Formats: sequence, C-alpha cells, structure tokens
Amino acid sequence: MNNHTHGIGVSVKRREDLRFLTGRGKYTDDIHRQHQAFAYILRSPLAHAKIKSINTTAAKQSPGVIGVFSGEDLQCGSIPCGWLIHSKDGSPMKEPNHPPLAQGKVRHVGDQVAVVVADSLAQAKAAAQLIDVDYESLPAVINMEKAITNGVAVHDEITDNTCFDWELCLAEGGEAEIDKTIADSAHQVSMRLVNNRLVPNAMEPRAAIGEYDSSADSYTLYTTSQNPHLIRLLLGAFVLQIPEHKLRVVAPDVGGGFGSKIYHYAEEAIVVWAAKQVRRPVKWTAERGESFLTDAHGRDHISHVTLGVDADGKFTALKVETKANVGAYLSTFSTCVPTYLYATLLAGVYTTPKIYANVKTIFTNTAPVDAYRGAGRPEATFLLERIVEKAARQTGIDRVQLRRQNFIPQDAFPYQTPVALQYDSGDYHASLDKALTESDWDGFAARRADSAKNGKLRGIGMSTYIEACGIAPSAVVGSLGARAGLYEAANVRVNPTGSVTVFTGSHSHGQGHETTFAQLVADKLGIPFDSVDIVHGDTAKIPFGMGTYGSRSLSVGGEAIIRAINKIVTKASKIAAHLMEADVADVEFAEGNFSVKGTDKKLAFGEVSLAAYVPHNFPHKSSHDDAEGLEPGLEEQAFYDPLNFTYPAGCHICEVEIDPDTGVVDVQKFTAVDDVGRVVNPMIVEGQVQGGIAQGIGQALLEQAVYNDDGQLLTGSFMDYTMPRADNIPNIDVYQTTTLCAHNSLGAKGCGEVGAIGSPPAIINAVLDALAEKGVDDIAMPATPYRVWEAIQKAGG
Amino acid sequence: MKISMNLNGKEVTADVADNLLLVEFLREHQRLTGVHVGCDTSQCGACVVHINGKSVKTCSMLAVQANGTTITTIEGLADGDQLHAVQAAFKECHGLQCGFCTPGMVMSVTDLLQQNPSPSEEEIRHWLEGNICRCTGYQNIVRAVQHAAAALRG
Repeated sequence: MNNHTHGIGVSVKRREDLRFLTGRGKYTDDIHRQHQAFAYILRSPLAHAKIKSINTTAAKQSPGVIGVFSGEDLQCGSIPCGWLIHSKDGSPMKEPNHPPLAQGKVRHVGDQVAVVVADSLAQAKAAAQLIDVDYESLPAVINMEKAITNGVAVHDEITDNTCFDWELCLAEGGEAEIDKTIADSAHQVSMRLVNNRLVPNAMEPRAAIGEYDSSADSYTLYTTSQNPHLIRLLLGAFVLQIPEHKLRVVAPDVGGGFGSKIYHYAEEAIVVWAAKQVRRPVKWTAERGESFLTDAHGRDHISHVTLGVDADGKFTALKVETKANVGAYLSTFSTCVPTYLYATLLAGVYTTPKIYANVKTIFTNTAPVDAYRGAGRPEATFLLERIVEKAARQTGIDRVQLRRQNFIPQDAFPYQTPVALQYDSGDYHASLDKALTESDWDGFAARRADSAKNGKLRGIGMSTYIEACGIAPSAVVGSLGARAGLYEAANVRVNPTGSVTVFTGSHSHGQGHETTFAQLVADKLGIPFDSVDIVHGDTAKIPFGMGTYGSRSLSVGGEAIIRAINKIVTKASKIAAHLMEADVADVEFAEGNFSVKGTDKKLAFGEVSLAAYVPHNFPHKSSHDDAEGLEPGLEEQAFYDPLNFTYPAGCHICEVEIDPDTGVVDVQKFTAVDDVGRVVNPMIVEGQVQGGIAQGIGQALLEQAVYNDDGQLLTGSFMDYTMPRADNIPNIDVYQTTTLCAHNSLGAKGCGEVGAIGSPPAIINAVLDALAEKGVDDIAMPATPYRVWEAIQKAGG
Repeated sequence: MKISMNLNGKEVTADVADNLLLVEFLREHQRLTGVHVGCDTSQCGACVVHINGKSVKTCSMLAVQANGTTITTIEGLADGDQLHAVQAAFKECHGLQCGFCTPGMVMSVTDLLQQNPSPSEEEIRHWLEGNICRCTGYQNIVRAVQHAAAALRG
C-alpha cells in the first residue's frame, strides 16, 4: 500500500518544490496581465502632519501617466478591524477611520498620500516626484509610555491615544484580591520587561494587481495574502462596497507571511479601485523599504509583572500590566493580539491560581502593529519564563525544580486555567525530561569550566512554554470579540477515474500543504499520493475559507478535509452497496476498497467513483428526503469549526558562550522538545520548528525596529535591520514528545509558531545565566554585542 | 543601447535603456520570473544568476553591463527534466519552504561548489551571508549544500 511511503507520519518530499527550484513558482509580481499599468504610491515622509494641499497637475502631465489620485478622489469605507475589544469600563475600543489614501492627515512615515498609475513603473515613479504636497508638520507620538498624557493626539478625537484599557481577571475579588495574595506571599518577584518591536520581513515583498472587467462589472485582485476570502470580505463588503460575487481574490504562490500577509492593506483597495478608473489592470509591488514602513510590525510591549511565590515555592498569584503599541491605525487582527492571544496564556504550564492582567493599547505615529509569528503568545511566554527564572534566583530554588513543582500535573486534564482557557491535553514533565536529557543539562558544569579556561562565559537557559493555536472555535472567539468565524472549509472532488482534487480554505505560503494535505487524503482514501491534487488560494475555486495563521492549517483545515472525506466515504458506500446489491450497513471501506462483510464482493475506490459519474442504473432520487434514491457524482464539502483551541507545549533549552571582551553571544546548542500532537510529515514539522526558532533567535539577539523621536524608522532596510543570516543561526536539535489533541480526529495541535514562542526566553535566560557571575541580572532584547558588553561594564564585571 | 548575450543557451539581442537594471531586464523583458527581487539594497540575494559562470546579484548591475556575456538563470540550470544536483539536494533536504529566496540560494550555492567542491559547514555559512532566508533557519540549506557537494564529487 502506498500509505507506507506517502501516508500519515511519513517524511514525504515536497511536491511543490519542483516549481520553486526551477523558477516556475508564480508569485503575484510574476503575474503579467495584458495591458497592465503600474502603480507607484507616494508616501508620507513625515510621521505626523496635516495635509494642507496636494497639487497633482504636473504629475498628470508627466510622460506615460494614466492617472494620479489622492484621498480626495478615493472616498470609500474605512479599512476595518476584525476584533472588537471592550475596555474594563465596558466602553467599546476606539476605532478611528483608516482610509486607504490619507484624508487630510498622515499618521506615520509611509502613510499613503497619492497614487500614480502609468505605463511603466519608472514613469509612475518619476511622476510621483512632481506631486506637490503641502504638509503642516505636527509633533510625533512615538513613545507609548508618554503617549497617554503628552497632549498630542494621533487621531484628533482620541486625546489620550488609548484604543482600549482592558483587563482580564476571573478571580473572586479581582485586582485587589490579586494584590493582597501577592503581598501576603513569602516572596514577591517583580520585573519590567520590554518585548522588542520586530519587522516580519517575509522575503517576498507585498504586491497586488487589480483588474476590472466592465462587461461583467466584476473585479479580480491578485494579492500576496494568507487568506484570500478574508480580503474579499473586508475589501468588498467594507472598503469599496463591491458585492462579493463580483470580486475574485487570488493569492497565488506567496513568499512567506509570518502573519504580515493576513491583513487587508490599503494598496489592495487602491489597485482595485484604480483599475476601474483607468480601465486597465494596475500592478503595485512594494520595494523592501516600503515593506519596512508599511507591513504590520510585531510585538512592541512594555510590561510590569509581579509574581507571588509562597514559602514552599508554589506560585500564588500573577499580576501583569502591559502597554501595547498598536501603531497609527488598527490593522485587521491588531486588537486581539495583546488581549486574547496574550493574557489568556499567562497561566503558561503552571497552576498559578489567580491572575490579573491589564492591557492598555496605545496609538502612536508608527506603522500598524499586528500579529507576527506567535502573536501575543511569544510576549506571554517571554514574560512568564523570565519571571519564573527570576523567582528561582530570588527564592534560591533550582529553576528546574521550581518549574516542575508548579507544572499542571499530567492527570489534571482537561485543565481550566484562571484566564479562560481549558487545556485539553499535555505532559509538561515529559518534554522537560527529554530536553534535559538531549541537551545534557547535567553535563553543563563541565562545559562551563572548559569555556572559562578560554576566558569565555557560558550559560544555559530554558523555557517551558505553552501556546493556544488552531485558531479557532467561532463561538469562543465570537464571545471574545471576533467579528468573523474561525472555522475552515474544504471541498473534496472525486474525479470519475478516482483521482481527487481538494479545494482547501487554508493557504500555503511555505508550509507545504500540497504535500501534507495530499498525504492525509491518500491515507484516508487508500489511493495513491499522486492521485491527489490540492488547490488553494483562489476565491473563484475554493469554498469560503479563513486561511492560514495561528498554526491552524492542519488542526482546522486538515480536519475539514477529513470531514469532507468522511462524507465521500459515506456516499461512496451507498453507491458501492447499490453496485454490489448489498445492504449499506454491510459495506466496509478499507485501504481503498469497498467490500461486503462476509462475502468476497469487492470494488475499488476508482470503480465506485466511475459509477458515480456513469449512473446508468442508479435508483431515481425523487427528492432530498428520498433515502432509497441515489444522487450521481462524488463531491463533498465540509466546514469544520473546532470545539477548542489546540495547545502545543514544550521545553526549549539554549546554551550560549559569551566573549566578555566583545559581548558577542554565540549560541552553541539549542534543544527543542515540542508536543505538537500528531505529526503528518515529520520533515516539514522539523523545518517549521527550525524556522520558528531562527526567528526567535532573531528577536532575542539581533532584531529590533527602531524609530527616532520624529517617527523616522532608523531600521528601514536590510542594511540596518539585522535579519538572521546563515552564520548567525546554529543547528537546532528538534525532538517531539506527543500527547494528542483531544478534540480533533487527527490529534493534531500545530507546529508553525512553537519555535518563535518558546525560544526567546530560553536564549535570554541562557545569556543571563552566563552573565550572572559578572553581576548582570537583566538585559533587553535584542542582546546585541554592544548591549551585552555595556551590561558587563555597568555591572562592574 | 543594443545588447546581446547568451541567455540560458539562447542568443538574445535587445535594445534597452541605459539605466535598466539587469534584474528588470531578466524579469520584465525576458519574463524570467524565477529571478526574484527581495530587497532594494543588494542584501538578500534572491536575484542571483550566473554571469560567465560566476554568481552575481542582478539588482546591482545594469543590463548594458551584461552585453556580450553568458548568463544562466534558475530557469536554465536543470538539464531538461534532470535537476541539477544542487536543485535535487534542496528538495531532498527540505532546503526551501516558501521558495522565494530559493532561486538565488541555488545559483549562489552552485557557484560555491564550483569554486570549492568540499566546503566546511563554516565555509558554507560564510558564503551564504549574502542570501537571506526567512523560513528555514538555514539548517536544511546547509545540509542541502553538503548533500549536493557529496553528489557532485561522486
């Protein structure tokens, strides 16, 4: 059976690789539409300014120019935010207008001011230089800690620059009870923590092509998106008011997303709208500099945290107060990231009984901030694993022991946390044990001594993390403020000769769905892997799907495919029963064959599928309720809405060596033990974990988006923003321990984000372990050589 | 200016503007869209091709400077349906995810292995400094290079 070589659990080589390796991938900018024109977007050079006037006369007369448009021309709906959060006083969050082209004011460097459409990109760019914008510069709001009271408003109507002031506390007695519990505890452990602002930097810059067909009054948008249906809904229903059946959105090959391509961006609306104005396809592709300025950034939290620990080393209560920078406008998922993807994870893998979280989300004159790989969960994990490590030092309890004695025990599942989530399964001791073994934790002292002989400081650090993904149950997210459902859809079309085409609402932008999903189908239907094709990314082809983010493709999208396959088997069994003149109750399906119990009657899947499309002797189906009749064809659709999030967890251990003279941190060994539930393709899972950890190492040691006080992005190119390169990232040892997800048939949890979530605190804890002998007890991310060297000097080491 | 070159085994002649970048010539004029643009500062390496056998970032060169050269892009690397050993190794070792940096990676690595058939891991990682990948963490790319090196050495 082919399932031994291509079924669930096999490291099948990726079928999508061939086109990428031979230059035949089809990314948005590779698409060339006949008569296409090119858009260049004039962006604000100022972080905060009134637009007094825009003169486009000269630009319009420039060679090759077809149209020049500003906010005066493009009057349309606001780009919506997909998640409504209420402040603790019950008031809804502030939702300022978010126009595709600026209306009277610009609010961050890179804000869209005007668009030039021309025959060539060079012509559009040249003409844009002729647009005369008269700005009245305003002071910029950059520092979010000062933003509430500094008297300058990013949006005139929001004088304290606060989007919402939200809290989560389910403990009886609320905040006062948490404060009292902490005060009454034997130990109070406190820290101020900054989670550094990052730029996702998928290697493919964003791009979009808008097209208008006047004969049908319909539009097509090709775009670099992780979720084409969501873009169709937001662009069609909210921004440009195009009926959905008149708007097709295609997300072809997409060169990485990491969250940054979830959101509906202004340029998508601009090219679709402009295509109608100029009656030609309009293409826009971001330069990398534009990506830095306008892709949604990630993280950017400042938190104060206090943990109470009793005399026996048990955590008693946790209090967290966070300010989260949301940038100048509300990006699509921006408001759920610092709330429901963050504070709900503050129990971590621990039994802390009482938790209070307060989050103030602040507008600033910077690019919007939204979900970036992990989204809220890396921030929660960093905070928890740093404070737990500090608690170990402060109480004198061994850091491994302190974690162990606070773990949620293996027999406690399902476990209701004090911050709303119910974990379904897990075994935190198992992943910790394996990580300790694989990292040779016990042999560290000898390695540290060897490093010391060479004048180097050696440290080891860990994090034991959990995350909530497989995002997720519509009912739950709806109750938390989501304005969309978060199910997934799949359509399974069995062709007459028995091959299968799957149309999935998930979207692959590096994850390898064309391989993994085909493995699922081949395994479940017992048909050859090569008989299965996966189609995604085109609203004209696929059912209404929610796309890929939050490590949801397998646990939600894959499960939807399985549900559709189950329907296929049910219907095909009826057809087989008819063909074999048996009772359907006696028909069994296994390894690609339908057979009749107790007989040697047998039909292959392909024979049944052929009969479905050549129904010469099917009993007539008189109505939907006619159970005796048979309907021709073999194609089924399923929408799957899970019961709960999934909860991957694990233990990451990092070992570093630091040169005290230069401050250079060398990651010598990184051991990841993750519980991602059932694994379909181990090779792909390992690649996802390695990639996630590389981004975690980037956050911990290399990357930071820096704005100056005027709101200019100082790290606006790959010359300034330190992307991890091949010689920055060590080999990563990836292992798994497995507990199955209790509420999907695969038992899958998700693997896309665990690396980025679990790794940063393990790295920083290792750095601080190395620096402890020099008297350093805190360091900010990224722990660059300068920062490390400076910390050593300041500590007098 | 009129230029001519041997492009993926074919003689090509074109009249191009003096300020046209080679990468634009390849992508927009020749529709060789396997040559990618990932940055605007010559850092990412997604646009690497071979010019007279050496790996070159085509974003940093004018089309007119390629006059009279022999150019191989990712589209011209395989021998018909037979993948080059480096391409095959990237698939074998899962050295790519989203695929966007891949053409540049493959062309760059092919040049490395021509110059140094047995590079150490350190040499491979140092060579790849000029090619950025955001997906893989580079580990499987390094493995792919080692795999290809072994295959090419026979």
